[in-house]
Amino acid sequence: MNVGVLGIGITKFGERWDQGLRELLLDAQVKSLKDANITADEIDALYTGNMGGGSLSGQLHVGAMASENLNINAPAVRVEGACASGSLALRQGILAIESGEADIVQVNGVEKMTDVSTEQVTTMLMGAGDEELEGFNGLTFPGLYALLAKAYMTKYPALTRDLLAEVSVKNHFHGARNPYCQFRKEITIDTVKNATMVADPLTLFDCSPITDGAASIILASEEKAKALGSKVSIVGSGVGTDSLSLARRQTLTAIPAGKIAAKKAYAQAGITAEQVSFAEVHDCFTIAEIMAVEALGFAKEGEGYKLYENKDTYFDGRIPINTSGGLKACGHPVGATGIKQAIEATMQLRGTAKDRQVKNAEIGVTHNVGGSGATAAVHVFKKVK
Amino acid sequence: MFRDSSIIRWRNYSDRYMLEGYGCTNCGKKYFEKKGMCVCGSLDFNNLSFCGKGKIVSFTKIHSGPEVFQEQTPYCVGIIDLDEGARITAQIVDSKYEELSIGQDVEAVFRKFYKSGKKGVIHYGTKFRPKF
Repeated sequence: MNVGVLGIGITKFGERWDQGLRELLLDAQVKSLKDANITADEIDALYTGNMGGGSLSGQLHVGAMASENLNINAPAVRVEGACASGSLALRQGILAIESGEADIVQVNGVEKMTDVSTEQVTTMLMGAGDEELEGFNGLTFPGLYALLAKAYMTKYPALTRDLLAEVSVKNHFHGARNPYCQFRKEITIDTVKNATMVADPLTLFDCSPITDGAASIILASEEKAKALGSKVSIVGSGVGTDSLSLARRQTLTAIPAGKIAAKKAYAQAGITAEQVSFAEVHDCFTIAEIMAVEALGFAKEGEGYKLYENKDTYFDGRIPINTSGGLKACGHPVGATGIKQAIEATMQLRGTAKDRQVKNAEIGVTHNVGGSGATAAVHVFKKVK
Repeated sequence: MFRDSSIIRWRNYSDRYMLEGYGCTNCGKKYFEKKGMCVCGSLDFNNLSFCGKGKIVSFTKIHSGPEVFQEQTPYCVGIIDLDEGARITAQIVDSKYEELSIGQDVEAVFRKFYKSGKKGVIHYGTKFRPKF
């Protein structure tokens, strides 16, 4: 598989009271067109990842909103897979090109979350779990990941409270070096440990924030990408699914869907975990990043903590993780996150990530999870030689 | 919206009120929730009643809850393995959080969940407490 990345565009992530769902989406769309140096009428299809438009803005039909924004009449679809909506949209774009139906596709992700109360956002996000079995009992998303953290840290006590906090400290270190990041501030282990408890053992600084933002990427067929001088290719795309609820899961100490997705994507790309230069992973909560590095094969199950003992996951470390700042620092506009990850991977492989640039980056991986692990999507990005 | 609906909850009153579940007639696997297909591929299930005793598999204390649970926050939620073999998610009550532990024996109790909608319909269901 080989699909070229022609252009990328991203809004500033954060509390964007100045812009609504449509404006955020448009901003990212226009930026990716400009970066690709193409015009809107060259787009054959659009896919847009979005989760909460219906419940937070009363706006569904976001697929057609994206084509309307560009005054084109191309086929346009909204893709929803909870927090993995962006990566699932990316995969649909890839499949459209691979099928021969489209030569150039625009894939977007957008979320407008700060117009309503935190409680309303909490309720919306819980739609990614199992409403009957979990939501009805008062579970929240931090609650679900707290249940995973408790089970994991009981089975693998080597993952201490301090090492878990390191995930957030490192992501804030990277975020401070990323201009489109929501929280450009470095923090310490104490910041995490002393923060307000959200769902024991997870404090506010173990949790990704509520964020507005949009991201857009232009994909092209291998031939077209070559002709237009694309520097980055997507060479692997894998998706895995699992039960909506944790109670139905085979394990509470791993996210199996991530492993399934990684296996498929690596096989398609013809690579092994050892060849990966860096990864953008789904750190919706600190514990999720530990499970992500294990799912991607950078550590064995139960040994993910080892990568956080010696700064191995910093941008200049052995296996840089979340140079964008991750969901924690960069922000988590749910539908946009998967596309943001793809944009960060593209910037690293283009060599334009400046203060957080990974040296000799050849292969980058993105890992995006929906719900507490009911969906996971992994993509492999490669520098064009 | 959906949390205000009495019908959504009424449809599930047998498992919410009586802790009823399903057993696969082919392989015997037991489920608390309604389900499309057993892991063995069978679609034939018998109704069964759980005795309401089980052990905590994992638990947490939620300090920031959704809208309808505001007046109960903070509260404890856990995943529980029922003695018959099914696994369920439920609130754990009548205990200090600090005194809960993984592996602890718990038993089902019938409790109020939340009030919803303009008419203030009260939703009930099963929670768990440490075994007496």
